[in-house]
Amino acid sequence: MNIQIRNIYKIFGKKPEAQLAKVKDGMGKDDLLDATGHTLGLDNISLDIDAGQIFVIMGLSGSGKSTLIRHFNRLIEPTDGHIMVDGNDVMAMNDQELEDFRRHKISMVFQRFGLFPHKTVLENTAYGLQVQGLGQAERDKKANYWLEQVGLKGFESQHPHQLSGGMQQRVGLARALTTDPEILLMDEAFSALDPLIRREMQDQLLDLQKSLNKTIVFITHDLDEALRLGDKIAILRDGKLVQTGSPEEILLSPADDYVQAFIQDVNRARVLTAGHVLQPAKLTVTLKSQPAQVLELIRSNGTDYACVLDGRHLKGLITQLDAQRACQEQADSLHNYLSAVHTVHCDTELEQVLPELLTRHGAPIAVTDNDGQFEGWVSREKLIALVA
Amino acid sequence: MFPELFSTRELRKTIDGSVDWLVTEYADSFEALTQPFLTLLIWLEQLLRGAPWWSVILVIAGLSFAASRNWLMSAGMATLLFFIGALGLWDQGMQTLALMLVATGLSVTIGIPIGILMASYDRFRKVMLPLLDVMQTMPSFVYLIPVVMLFGLGKVPAIFATIIYAVPPLIRLTDLGIRLVDPDVLEASRAFGANRRQQMLGVQLPLALPNIMAGINQTTMMALAMVVVASMIGARGLGQEVLIGINRLEVGRGLLAGLAIVALAILFDRVTQSLGQRLSAGQKDAS
Ligand SMILES: Nc1ncnc2c1ncn2[C@@H]1O[C@H](COP(=O)(O)OP(=O)(O)OP(=O)(O)O)[C@@H](O)[C@H]1O
Ligand SMILES: [Mg+2]
Repeated sequence: MNIQIRNIYKIFGKKPEAQLAKVKDGMGKDDLLDATGHTLGLDNISLDIDAGQIFVIMGLSGSGKSTLIRHFNRLIEPTDGHIMVDGNDVMAMNDQELEDFRRHKISMVFQRFGLFPHKTVLENTAYGLQVQGLGQAERDKKANYWLEQVGLKGFESQHPHQLSGGMQQRVGLARALTTDPEILLMDEAFSALDPLIRREMQDQLLDLQKSLNKTIVFITHDLDEALRLGDKIAILRDGKLVQTGSPEEILLSPADDYVQAFIQDVNRARVLTAGHVLQPAKLTVTLKSQPAQVLELIRSNGTDYACVLDGRHLKGLITQLDAQRACQEQADSLHNYLSAVHTVHCDTELEQVLPELLTRHGAPIAVTDNDGQFEGWVSREKLIALVA
Repeated sequence: MFPELFSTRELRKTIDGSVDWLVTEYADSFEALTQPFLTLLIWLEQLLRGAPWWSVILVIAGLSFAASRNWLMSAGMATLLFFIGALGLWDQGMQTLALMLVATGLSVTIGIPIGILMASYDRFRKVMLPLLDVMQTMPSFVYLIPVVMLFGLGKVPAIFATIIYAVPPLIRLTDLGIRLVDPDVLEASRAFGANRRQQMLGVQLPLALPNIMAGINQTTMMALAMVVVASMIGARGLGQEVLIGINRLEVGRGLLAGLAIVALAILFDRVTQSLGQRLSAGQKDAS
C-alpha cells in the first residue's frame, strides 16, 4: 500500500486554525511560539511512500517525527492537508472506517512502548486481534508465533513491568506484527535494543519487507540504521522537510548544512557500495576479436589491457604482452591468453572492496550487476575520494 | 440590617408549594418506583437476621478470605462480627449491615457509570462537579425533609439519604482514575482500532480500578457515618441504639452501639481495601 500526504500542517495550541494563515505566509516555528504561544509541529509536508518501501524519517529531537508518523493512522488530526493511503482519503473516513483501517491495514510500534500494564505479555501481543474479535485460541497462536520471532518465548505470562526496556520494546514490536498489517509504523522501534538484537531485528525487518512486501515507515536517530534499512530517507527540521532521497543521494549530495551535520560521522565505507565507485571500461573487445586487431587497439588507445566480453559477461583481461604473444604464436582466438579478473558485485560494501584493492597491488577489480553482467571497473580515485 | 432585596418569604412559600405539589402528584409513583429496593432490603435483612449467627460469621469470613487471600485477616473479620454479637447487638448489627450492603451496592451501580460519563464528556463534568460539592456539603437534614415527605418514614428514605451523602467520593474517584490513565497506553489501544467501548472496558476501567476501589472504600465509610442520621427517619439498627442512648441519656448504651458501628466500619474498610489491592496487584508500573 502506498501512502501519499500532501501539504500537511500541524499546529499545537488553543486555536490552531487561526494561526494557519501566518504559517502559510512563512512564519517559522520559533516566531510562532513567541508571537502566539502555538507550537508548529509540521510545516507543509508532502511525501510519497511507495508500496513495499522502507521509508525512514530522521531529524533532531523535537523536529516532528513522531507527530508526522501519527498522521498516517490519524492518531493526530492535521490542521490542514490530505492523507491518502492506497488511493483512499484517510481524512474522509468516519469513525467506523477508521477503526477498520487501524484494525486491519496499519499498525504501530510506539517510541514509549505504550504497553498495557494490566495485561500479560501474551495478552498485550494479541491485543490487536482481540480488538478485531478473533477467538482466544487463534489469537494466542499468532501472538505466540511473533513472540517467538522476537525472542521472547517463555515470557508470555509475565507483565510488562517485569521486563527490561529492550524486552518491552520487543513486545511492542510483536504486538504490531501480530495483526499482519500492510503498513507498519515504527517510531524508534529499535532504540532500546542492544546492538546484537538490534542487528537481528533489522535483518528480520528487511526479510519481512522483502518476503511480504510490507510498507514500513521507520523513525530512527541512528544514521547507520537509516542507511541500512531505508529505501528512502526523509530528513525533518523544525517541522519542515529538508530533504528526501535514497541513502546515496543524502550521503553524496546533502541539501544543506543541517543534513551535512547529520551525515558527517557516518562510516561511508559501510554504506556505499561498489556501484558508487564505478568507472566505465575504456576498451572492450569480444572473444571473437582477432589478436592482431586487439593488439592494435590496445596500442592505439595507449592502455595496458582490454577487457574481453562474451555478450555482456566478462571473460577476462587481455594485456598488451599477452596480445603480443598471441600474435607471435599466430593464435586465431584470444581464448588461451586471457588473465582472470577479480570481480565484485555492485552491492558489495566498499568496506569489503577496499582490502581487495590493497592486496591486489593495483590490479583492476571488475564490477558486475545483479545478473552477473559487466558494468565497469572500481575506480581507485573515486573510492579514495568517497571514503577518505 | 441587610435590606430585603426580594421577599424570601415568598420564595420559601414557592419552594414549599412545589414540594407539596410534587408529593401530592407523585408520591405514589415514587413509592412504586422504589418498591424493588425496599423488597431487596427487607429480603436481605430477614436473611441476615434469620440465619444462625455462626453461619453469618462463616460467610463473612469466607468472603473476606476471597477478597484478601489471607487467613489472618479473615479470622480478624470473624472476630469483629463476634464482638458485635458479644455486645448484645447482633440483631441491630444485622439490620445495619443489610442497609449498608444495599446502599453500597446502589452507590456502585449509580456512581461508576456517572464517573465514566464525567470522564468521557467534559460538559457533563462541568455540570456534575458543583453538584457533587453541594451533595457533600449540604446538611443532610435539609434533603431529609422532602425525601421523607415523598417516601414517608422508613427504610427507603434512609437508603436515599445514605446514597446522596456517600456516593460523591466514588463518582469523583472513578472520574479521576479514568483521567489518570496513561495517555500513551490509551493511544496504543486507539492505534489498534479499539472503539470507545473497547477502550473503556479493556483499558481505562481496568487501569482506573485502584482508584475506583478506593472510592468504594470511601463510600462504605461515609455510608456508615450516616447510620445515626438514617435511624432518625426510621431505619432500625445500630444507629437507632445510639439515638435511644442520646434521648435517654444512657451513655453506656450509646457507647456500645458506637463501638459496634466502628467494628462494622473496620470490617468494610479492610475487606474493600484488600480487594482493591489484590485486583490491582498485577498492574504496577515499571517504576
Ligand atoms: N500534544 C502536543 N501538544 C503540544 N505540542 C506538541 C504535542 N506533541 C508534540 N508537540 C510539539 O511538536 C514538536 C515535535 O514533537 P515530536 O514529538 O513529533 O518530536 P520528535 O521528532 O518525535 O522528537 P523525538 O526524537 O524527541 O521523539 C515539539 O516541538 C513538541 O513540543
Ligand atoms: Mg518522537
